[in-house]
Formats: sequence, structure tokens, C-alpha cells
Amino acid sequence: MKQLKHQDVEQKPKMDISLNIQAYTLIIALIAIALIFSLFTGGEFLSPRNLSNLFNQMAVISVLSIGMTLIIVTGHIDLSVGSLAGLAGGIAAILQVWYGWGTVSVIAVAIIAGALLGLWQGWWVAYRAVPAFIVTLGGQLIFRGILIGISQGRTIAPLEPSFRFISNSYLPYSLGYLLAIVMVALFFFLTWKDRIKRNKLALQLASPLVDYGKVMIYGAGILLITFMLSLYYGVPLPMLIVVFFGSLFIFVSNKTAFGRYIYAIGGNEEAAALSGINIKRHTLYVFVLMGALAGLAGIMLTSRLNAATVSAGDMYELDAIAACVIGGASLTGGKGKIVGAIIGALIMASIDNGMSMMNIQTFWQYIVKGLILIVAVWVDISNKKQTA
Amino acid sequence: MGNYVLEMKEITKAFPGVKALDRVSFSVKKGEIHALCGENGAGKSTLMKVLSGVYPTGSYHGDIFINSKPVAFRDIKESQDAGVAIIYQELALVPEMTVAENIFLSHERMKKPVIDWHGLYAEAQYWLEQIGLKVDPQMRVSDLTVGKQQLIEIVKALTKKADILILDEPTAALTESDVDVLMHLLRALKSKGVTCIYISHKLGEVLAIADTVTVLRDGKTVSTDPIDVLTEDKIVSKMVGRALTEFFPYQAHQIGEDVLMVQDYQFKHGLTGEMLVKHASFNLREGEILGVAGLMGAGRTELFTSLFGGYPGTSSGQVVISGETVNIRKPSDAIAKGLAYVSEDRKKYGLVMGMEISKNSTLAALKKVMPNRLIDRTLEVKKAEELTEKMRLKTHSLEVDVSQLSGGNQQKVVLSKWLFTDPKILVLDEPTRGIDVGAKYEIYKIINELAAQGVAVVIVSSELPEVLGMSDRIMVMSEGEVTGHLSRAEATQEKIMTYATLRRGKNEAVKASGR
Repeated sequence: MKQLKHQDVEQKPKMDISLNIQAYTLIIALIAIALIFSLFTGGEFLSPRNLSNLFNQMAVISVLSIGMTLIIVTGHIDLSVGSLAGLAGGIAAILQVWYGWGTVSVIAVAIIAGALLGLWQGWWVAYRAVPAFIVTLGGQLIFRGILIGISQGRTIAPLEPSFRFISNSYLPYSLGYLLAIVMVALFFFLTWKDRIKRNKLALQLASPLVDYGKVMIYGAGILLITFMLSLYYGVPLPMLIVVFFGSLFIFVSNKTAFGRYIYAIGGNEEAAALSGINIKRHTLYVFVLMGALAGLAGIMLTSRLNAATVSAGDMYELDAIAACVIGGASLTGGKGKIVGAIIGALIMASIDNGMSMMNIQTFWQYIVKGLILIVAVWVDISNKKQTA
Repeated sequence: MGNYVLEMKEITKAFPGVKALDRVSFSVKKGEIHALCGENGAGKSTLMKVLSGVYPTGSYHGDIFINSKPVAFRDIKESQDAGVAIIYQELALVPEMTVAENIFLSHERMKKPVIDWHGLYAEAQYWLEQIGLKVDPQMRVSDLTVGKQQLIEIVKALTKKADILILDEPTAALTESDVDVLMHLLRALKSKGVTCIYISHKLGEVLAIADTVTVLRDGKTVSTDPIDVLTEDKIVSKMVGRALTEFFPYQAHQIGEDVLMVQDYQFKHGLTGEMLVKHASFNLREGEILGVAGLMGAGRTELFTSLFGGYPGTSSGQVVISGETVNIRKPSDAIAKGLAYVSEDRKKYGLVMGMEISKNSTLAALKKVMPNRLIDRTLEVKKAEELTEKMRLKTHSLEVDVSQLSGGNQQKVVLSKWLFTDPKILVLDEPTRGIDVGAKYEIYKIINELAAQGVAVVIVSSELPEVLGMSDRIMVMSEGEVTGHLSRAEATQEKIMTYATLRRGKNEAVKASGR
């Protein structure tokens, strides 16, 4: 037994490295893309102003891709999120512009409406066993139809300043730095706590250099970005929203039974059911969460545009799905990470943004994004084959 | 030498860590039915995969001759072209296509650019008549019984001009009348000069139909004998290679109070409306190992899956666990009452492939690693480590994906998962299927240890030696009913088979088939 333990310890670092190379391919790809675009734009791509734009642009898709990760991990798909975001934003705009509701209440209504429509779709998927592809394809049409109906085909604008604030404001520099420092400190603290605990339970420990080194690199990254952004107007509020909900759902997916169960359901529904997991209820929850996040995304979108239009959010579901897939989610279920999806959203936004800056025509953006999607999945598959 | 249609010489095939075949030689005469026997993991299927090109030339050592000519297949297509056809346990038919379409799949009858449908159906009809199968070639395969589907597979092979036909456990899923049709067909094929390699666990069938029997054990050839010098016992002892008592580490153990009492239990499937279990009554005591025997489709899996709440449907009768009448509607109810069910197909029902070992092993009792309502990952790994250490699981890290483990180790992960629920009653459905001999022995030891700790164990198994070797008591089922109970002392293969083929409504015991 002693022997075995010893072997474990020796094996451990090796495992870590091989796992991490896969986890880092995304970040490496992102850095490569950033460098290529800076090269072609004379450094303009990484300028504070552009970084700020980039984070603003990616925010709506990021929020959608957080929910989409949960959906894909559970083994489903949601093709309605673009329409749903558009509808939720439309409802908020109508209530505010036509009926004079306050900002807080319209936000609440939009998010609740999203959650209820998600519940409705989830009920079809979970309790009526209609494939999610069909239900949400139907939802895509239905929600768009409702939006056109209730808005009478008109653009609804302008919204109140407090509503516009959501997607068009920046944190004060001091608050931005404070949050960044808190985050870095939190990273350090969690790593430290985890190491103490593993030590107490006599589990394998990576060398402190590796663990704290990682924290140092992430911390430096966070501070660098905060610094860059503070050279412009500071940290954009939408970015904070993404960071907040990203962290929240990373926590949910790692630490709660719900999070564990959705991975099990997506990985093997029958085994999960026989392990005593309530498949239907958890599937329903996932769709409710997706709906609520789509409602939030709708608010952010409407705020950014300062208007609700009938075509708002059109095709966003495809960007969100692409972000998840680039981030390593598997459409067969059971596999996918929220961090990956957010990085995926950032990659997609970078390509849009960088190519626009280079004055490349829009059609090329579609072609390049399509190719990147295919290549990303291919890289993932060939990586998997190597390790198997 | 000239009359051998197939000769395989000194075949050696190694997988990482195991030698599946070790200098196996296997020769088959033209026009005979040659049975290949051996325990699970003895190397039968591997040998046939070498022969049919699933493992291409170069991935094994040794030589293959067909009609005395050396052959080296790079893929299945090449072996098919040489006249070797393999019919797998898992059917390879497209359910939504018609019988004729399936028969001619990949070698359709063509009339220039398009498929000649009339010719195709006519020819399918001809072949079906040839083997005496009354099936409309325009029927959809999904509308046929599994037995008929098996026969369609054979027709498919024949139309490809196969003269060496390999049948891998063809009767595993067949009803008795379909088995008769199959036996009849094989004899008819034999008279037409088709050579047949017949892999089966059912020795009764082997004795009834084979001309020659080759036995494999642990990847080596044990013997090749003509059928007239063999008996069932002789084949079994060649297969096992040691006395049964030696292989099964049975220990008499302390048996306590009743933990499970099932009275007149019936179960009707909610979707198909089928009566899966009829009037089942039995009991189970602390520290007892109850073996459950029966033929395929006898309702053993159905009985325990429905008791566990794994099927939608309605039940009647009484189920008492530790003196308390329970109403189990879903698996979580069962787990809460201390019932654990290790299902028969671990890949399909037991494990989440792509998930780490540690996460798989805590899945059925996740709450136990959730102090403060949140998953404590370090505690989880620690618990998983304790569990898998008890199981003697061989892996360098618990953060490895379960799909990378061998069958035996995967089964240990499933066992860990259920032991983590602290069961009072542990049902093991085919616990050693597809596991190598060494791992089997370890799993038997674990089962014994659990029984010694007072867990009531049920072993559902199609392998009679396993049931006989491990159980304190044996319950036999047939057609959804419990047809007999036997004590360890009085149980024999013959008695079990008698009960297993018994049908309610006929009071007389039917003689075991094939004997």
C-alpha cells in the first residue's frame, strides 16, 4: 500500500501537465488571435479603447453561452435563445417606453418572463419527451412571432437613462481596481485553503510552485486587464455582469448536486436515472435557468442599443452554441465548461472585432468564424483520440 | 491436411497488459459444425475477430490458412471476400429497413444506375425459402422477433457467398422455437457444404449440433475433440480447468434475520403494458447470498429492476424491507431504503463514461460528500480513495476517466458506487460478464466479504457455475415467474435447468432442453 501511495505522488505532476495542455489550447489560441490582429492593426487591437469595446461586444453572447453550456452539458440544445432574448428585451422596452414602468421592475419582468418561457420549453423537453431541437426551434419562431406581434413591428425607443446605464457605463477606477484585487486575493485564499485541506486528508498535492504559480499568472492577467481598461473609461459594467454570472455558474456546476447531476445526465442518462437522479426535474431546471439568462441577455442587448427592435438577438443562439463548442463542450452531452464557453465567446468577438478593424468585408467574417468552429471541434476530437 | 477449410496456427494476440491469445491453434474441417467453447474472456471472440479481420494482419502473430492458402486480412471486407462471415451477438441490422433491404445491404441488386427492387425482393424471397423461413421480405426488420432477426443475419451472410459462417452466441436471445428453427437451418447448411463455427455457452446446444468441439481457456487451446467422446461435464472441466469449488471462494457465513420479503409481487410495464413479473414471492436474509438463475428473458433482470424502481409501471403485492412495508416508485426511494442494484450492462446503465472515477463512485450518494450542502471535492476524492482501495482497483489516479479502465476495473467502480450508498441489500446483475478470470475471482471475494459483513446479496447470473459456486440458496425463474427454490446442497445444473424451463400451467417438469 505504501508503494502504491508513493507511485500516486510520482504520477500526479505528469497527469497535471497533460491535462493542462488541453485546457490551455484555448488560451493559447486566444493569445495567438490577439497577437495576429495587433500585428495587422499596428497594435490598435490591444489598445485600451478597443479592449473595452471588445468586452462590451462579447457580453451578451457570453451570458447566453453560460446558460447554453448547461443545456449542452445536459445533452440538449436551445435554438430559441436569440428570439427569447429579443422578446424579453422587447417586453422590457414596451413596459418602460409605452407604460412608463421603472427600470428595476422591467428588468425583473424580463428575467421572469425568460424563466417562464424556459420553463414552458423545459416542460416539453423533460415531461413530454419532445427533442429539445424541435421544441426550441419551435420556440425560436414562436418567441419571434410574439415579439413582432406585441411591438407591432416597430422599434421601441428611447429607454430611460437608468436602463441605458446597464450596458453603457463603467466602474469607477478605484472600484475596478478594488474588485480586481479582491478577486486575486480570493484566488490565493481558495488555493491556500484547498492545499491545507488536501494536506489534512493526505491527498496528492501538486508542488506549491505550480499551484501558486498558476494563481500568480491569473492574478497578473486580471490586474493587467484592469489596468488597460482604466486607461480608457474603466471596467465596463457588462463585463462585470459576465464575470459575476460566470463565477456564479462555475460555482454551481462544481459545487452543487445540481451541477454534478447535469454532467451525469448528459454523460449517461440511464446510469444517472438508476443512480437515483431525477432526470426530468433537473432537465426542467436547466431550461428555466437558460430562459432567465436569456432574459438578462435581452436586457443587456436592449440597453446597449437603447432600443428594442424586432430583429434583436437574431441568430445569437448560433453564436452562443459556437462559443460553447469552441470552449470544448460536446454536443453529445456530459462535457463542457463555462470558462471555456466564455473564452469561446471572447474568441468569436475578437474575430468579429479584429476583422472589422482591418476593414475586411463582413462576408469574410462569416466564413472565418465558420471555419474556426469546424477546426476547433476537429482539434478537440484529435486531442481526445491521442489520450484515449 | 487437405480437408481443412480453415487452419489458424500459433495465433498470439496481446493487448496492453494482457495476452488475450497465446499460441492458439484452431483447425476446422470442411462442412462441419465446429463448436468453440470457453468461459468469458477465454479468447473465443478475440480469435474470431482475428479471423474476420477486425484485428488486421500485423496486429497479431501467427498464420491463417483458408483452403490451405495463407491469408492475411486487413479488414472485414477482405475476410468477407474470402468467404468468412461473422454473425455477432449484437445484431447488425437496420431496424427501419425491410428484410430484403437488409439482406442485400451493401451489395444491392442493380439495374444499371438504380436498384432493381423487383429483382431484389424476388431474390430475397428465394433465399428465405431456401432456409425455410416464412417471412415477407417487405416486412420491416423492427417488426420481427429477435430470433427471426438472427436468422435474417444468417441469410445476409449466405447471400454474400459465405462458406465459413461464424455464429457468436446465436441463441442468447432466442426463444425455444426459434432455437429449433436455427438448429434445423444449421443442419441444412451443413448438408450444402457450409462450414460453421459455433460459439456458445449453452453446452446442451453444443452437444446437440456440433461435430467437433474446441475448448479455449485463458487464451490457450485446451483440446479439440470429436463430439462422441465428450459429455457436458467433460467440456465444463476443460473450460474451467479446475474444480468449481476451487474457483469460487465460497465460505459458509453467518446468516441473520430477514431483510427483504417479497410477497406475490407483480409488475406491469407502464409503456408496453407487458406483465414482466408474475406472482413472485421470496425472501432474503442478512449475510445471505441468493443466486437467481434462469434463461434469457426469464424475468430476472425485470424483477429486480422493477423492485428497484427502474421501470415506469404499476406493481402489486407486498415488499417488506427490514420489517417495513415499502412502496418504491423510483431509484432514489430504493436507495433510501438500503437497496442497491448493480445493473447488467455497466456501460449502458452503470457508468457515466467521460466522467472521472471519483465522480462516478459518489454519484448515487452524492449527499455524503456534501457537508454544508455543497460538494466538498477533496472529501469526495478521499472517500473514493477509501472505496476503491477496498476494491483493490488498479489505477494511478482517481481523476482518470472511467472509460479508460478495463472491464474488471470498471465493474469495481460500479460496485464502489453502490457500496457508498451503504446498502442492506445489494443486487448484482451479471456481475462478472465480460470480465477476465483474475478480476472475476477478486469480485467473488469482495462479494463474500460483503456477505460476511451482513449485507444481503443477490447474484443474478446466466452462468450456472457462478450461481452454483457462490450462492447459499438459489431461486430459479422462468417466464416472469419464480419456479423453484434450491438450497446450496441440493442444487445441480440439471435441477436448475429443469426449473428454468418449467412453465406454469403445465404441472409436469419439462426436461431440460438439449439433454
